[in-house]
Amino acid sequence: MNYEIIVVGGGHAGCEAALACSRKNHKTLLVTGNIKNIADMPCNPSIGGSAKGIVVREIDALGGEMGINADKSHLQIKMLNNTKGPAVQALRCQADKITYPKNMQTTLKKQKNLEIKESLVEDLIIENKKITGIILENGEKIYCNAVILTTGTYLKADIMVGDTRRREGPHGERPSQYLSDNLKKLGFKIIRLKTGTPQRIDKNSIDFSKTKPEYGDNIYHTFSFDTKPLYKIEDQVPCHLIYTTPLTHKIIKENLNKSSMYGGLNDIKGVGPRYCPSIEDKIVRFADKERHQLFLEPESLYYDDIYLQGFSTSMPHDIQEKMVHSLPGLENAKILKYAYAIEYDAIDSLQLKPSLETKIIENLYTAGQINGTSGYEEAACQGLIAGINAALKLENKEPLILKRNEAYIGVLIDDLITKGVRDPYRLLTSRAEYRLLLRHDNADLRLRKKGYEVGLIDEERYKKLLKKEQEINELIDILKNNKITPKEEINNYLLALNSTPIKDGISLYDLLKRPEIKIENINKFINVKYNKEVLEQVEINIKYEGYIKKANQEAEKMLELENKKIPSNIDYDQIHNLASEARQKLKEVKPTSIGQAIRISGVNPADISILMIYLKRGL
Amino acid sequence: MKDTITAISTALGVGAISIIRVSGDESINIVNKIFKGKNLNQVASHTINYGHIIDGDKIIDEVLVSIMKAPKTFTTEDIVEINCHGGIATTKKILELLLINGCRLADPGEFTKRAFLNGRIDLLEAEAIGDLINAKSEKSRNLAINQLSGTTSNMIKNLRQKILEVLANIEVNIDYPEYEDIFVMTNDIILPKIKEVEREITKIIKKSENGKIIKEGIKTVIIGKPNVGKSSLLNTLLEEEKAIVTDIAGTTRDIVEGQILIDGILIDLIDTAGIRKTEDVVEKIGVKKSYDLINKANLIIYMLNNNEELDQQDNEILDKIKEKNYIIIINKTDLPNKLNINNIKVDKNNIIQMSINNKIGIENLKNKIKNMFNLDLIEQEDYNFLTNARSLALLKEAKKIIPNIYKGINDNIPIDIVEIDIKKIWEILGEIIGETYQDELINQLFSQFCLGK
Repeated sequence: MNYEIIVVGGGHAGCEAALACSRKNHKTLLVTGNIKNIADMPCNPSIGGSAKGIVVREIDALGGEMGINADKSHLQIKMLNNTKGPAVQALRCQADKITYPKNMQTTLKKQKNLEIKESLVEDLIIENKKITGIILENGEKIYCNAVILTTGTYLKADIMVGDTRRREGPHGERPSQYLSDNLKKLGFKIIRLKTGTPQRIDKNSIDFSKTKPEYGDNIYHTFSFDTKPLYKIEDQVPCHLIYTTPLTHKIIKENLNKSSMYGGLNDIKGVGPRYCPSIEDKIVRFADKERHQLFLEPESLYYDDIYLQGFSTSMPHDIQEKMVHSLPGLENAKILKYAYAIEYDAIDSLQLKPSLETKIIENLYTAGQINGTSGYEEAACQGLIAGINAALKLENKEPLILKRNEAYIGVLIDDLITKGVRDPYRLLTSRAEYRLLLRHDNADLRLRKKGYEVGLIDEERYKKLLKKEQEINELIDILKNNKITPKEEINNYLLALNSTPIKDGISLYDLLKRPEIKIENINKFINVKYNKEVLEQVEINIKYEGYIKKANQEAEKMLELENKKIPSNIDYDQIHNLASEARQKLKEVKPTSIGQAIRISGVNPADISILMIYLKRGL
Repeated sequence: MKDTITAISTALGVGAISIIRVSGDESINIVNKIFKGKNLNQVASHTINYGHIIDGDKIIDEVLVSIMKAPKTFTTEDIVEINCHGGIATTKKILELLLINGCRLADPGEFTKRAFLNGRIDLLEAEAIGDLINAKSEKSRNLAINQLSGTTSNMIKNLRQKILEVLANIEVNIDYPEYEDIFVMTNDIILPKIKEVEREITKIIKKSENGKIIKEGIKTVIIGKPNVGKSSLLNTLLEEEKAIVTDIAGTTRDIVEGQILIDGILIDLIDTAGIRKTEDVVEKIGVKKSYDLINKANLIIYMLNNNEELDQQDNEILDKIKEKNYIIIINKTDLPNKLNINNIKVDKNNIIQMSINNKIGIENLKNKIKNMFNLDLIEQEDYNFLTNARSLALLKEAKKIIPNIYKGINDNIPIDIVEIDIKKIWEILGEIIGETYQDELINQLFSQFCLGK
């Protein structure tokens, strides 16, 4: 049996990759260790969050599945940072860990051109530095034109609790034993990473009266630009907030030597994520903090597990019992699953092209945790891009490469291939230089056209975008062309809104620039009928016009440097004056442009100047 | 092959000799064509050769020619240096001959640029060498050396760190909004921090301007009506201080009449286009030209006649100079008083009574200059300022952003958007100390160097 594209792994990256390829009419095979675990959420039960929520919308704009699936499968949803500016708002939902994978599996099974096979992949078939197939654990060979590896944490996975270490993946699944060794033989640099997950507590054993409930928003939201809300506001399930106690801290401090991480046990080589430290790590590093916040998050309507967010640890079971029981409301809590740390192999993401194709093996793509990232959303967006680009490659088309000013996805991939990864990479708003441009509300305006061009957005959805764009422009023109004059009635209205009365005529456009004037207030002067998405875009564009302009100017400067291309055959050893660190980094990363070279750590401005002069002289 | 470049390497007209430098593959050949003496193509490297520069049969000057062959030279190319006799006419004539015979006039800083391109020096060195070459006094030499060692950037680094802490806090609020126990940055909290940043930047700019004074001197223009005593003042100052330079056009766009040192600081006395010849500057070149001079100068000395009444023109100029550093001299106090000092609408502290012919008041003037520019204080400083124009311009650009931040805060713009401006300041400061990169850096850097090293 031959396939055009094989996707290895059925996590969030694998699902998006498989769907993108098959939707683009390529015969696709998804190989996964356990079909039941496709689109599983082995860690936190949420989709979205700061920056990540914007990525989900970007995935949706490009024609990916995560947003649609999350809309079908959540327990509550809220807009984060809704008191802050539009650039940093993002949706987050508590996803149901039963229905989310189920819904995704249904979508995959219905998908034309897509087949699913249950097996582990242990080797790749390579001919002349080009991939031609995979070898399964039973020795079976399957041939294809392109492969996308989305192996998650399953490469040589080790689960660690206290002083025990077992070779297995999440849920006791079997990991891949040989694939990472085989990748190493092909020339990939293998790094070891580590992450962890906290305890699951039996809902019925928690005294919720000692906790503070955290509800979903009381207005409707959807991740997808196309779905209508499928839930009722009042049916949303709350999370609950608690804090660690002095006793918790005492227990942890007294038992630090028993933690895999702090006790020097287990010979841990993996590097853990900085942004998601274990509770013992937090207590050691922030010793002056009296308490730490923890969230009790429901995992599903269909079982009783509560996810204890913020309490991940690699302490042995008996200590975990004591720690959990020191928490308010959890005095008698029953631990259903203990916290554990997991160590796994990943490849060095510097060995990737911006298309997510590997530099070493043609037509081999990688996405998700194998590239050193962490998080469902980070994985999904890479899967989508790898899927699109593998398909485009087979179609002899240019890859889809998003720039840093176009999408968080662009920021993420550029960071991976330029800066590399030392600890599991999580997207943060602070990683985006032009985040005022990369808002959740304009993801469709930024990316839908590209989704349409690569063939994942259909005519109907594309026309919807064009209509929205047209209405935005219309409304802006209307506001520019309509003026109000200093009549008493108008000034009284302005005073009522705590705004200064006008002395001369002013366009509605300029009036809307005033911070206290909202777009709804404009209805007082002129009757316009547009939907709230259009009104929102117009308001943001007018209110923050100056800042958006500045961000665009900065982005243009960056693009100019991005357009200064570095030939792929450049020999850095011929450039005499480069600092040796810079030379080494440049040889490793092989930046495609000056813009990318600047972002490489260890390459300083003087090196860039030398490089630019070298290129200009055309030596 | 790169072309051969040439330039006059010494300040035009300064000192007894001038040096013309030639660099490039053809430099020895070209100089040989206009040189009468040994065949320069046959002399050893790093030798000095006596002879004459000729234009056809005509001898232009008696010279010493240094031959330095690649690669052990400043640019790593063949270099020839012609030591000739200082006059402007002679020097320019020799330069002209070189250009006729195949040299190209070097761009500003091009020798240093070549040295950099050929790997002789790194970028930071190049920048500091530029300052070192241009150093005009002992103090400024210290300043340039200091910059080489990198201590200049410490103040900026500290300031950057402070801003970074604010940025980090804003970012953490965005990325971890659910964490209630993290200190939330609000516009109210930001405000005093931005004020502090503004104070710091202002301080560094002030110090940098002091640094500029050390390096470039104080451009001083003396204006006043005919016969008020301008040239007498000039001559007296120059005589007293044993003038470094007289009568010769400088390398910059200003015509420097003379230079004196006060407390080790160079005071450039700028000729107001013929102050000596005509004695009637205000009349001849008009009020407008005076304003131009006023705008250019760091210090304006306006001279009044004790023996004459104030008129409309005086008032206009006095009004104009109030925005600058100024000193009003009332000269000829030995003559009967007709000038009512109360009618002069300026800070009375800035008025000095003088009788130049009787050498009265000269010391007062010098002390006044000293106090006005805090020359004592400058002396005590450790020279940790930004001294090159690029850095100072960037710092001023950063300062210009601060009002936008205040406006944003005032307009209740969300803090994560106000942050765009705060971050920009951080980036600009990074650019000054070379931690971020901008495309134009290299061009700006080299073009700010004086012509020909």
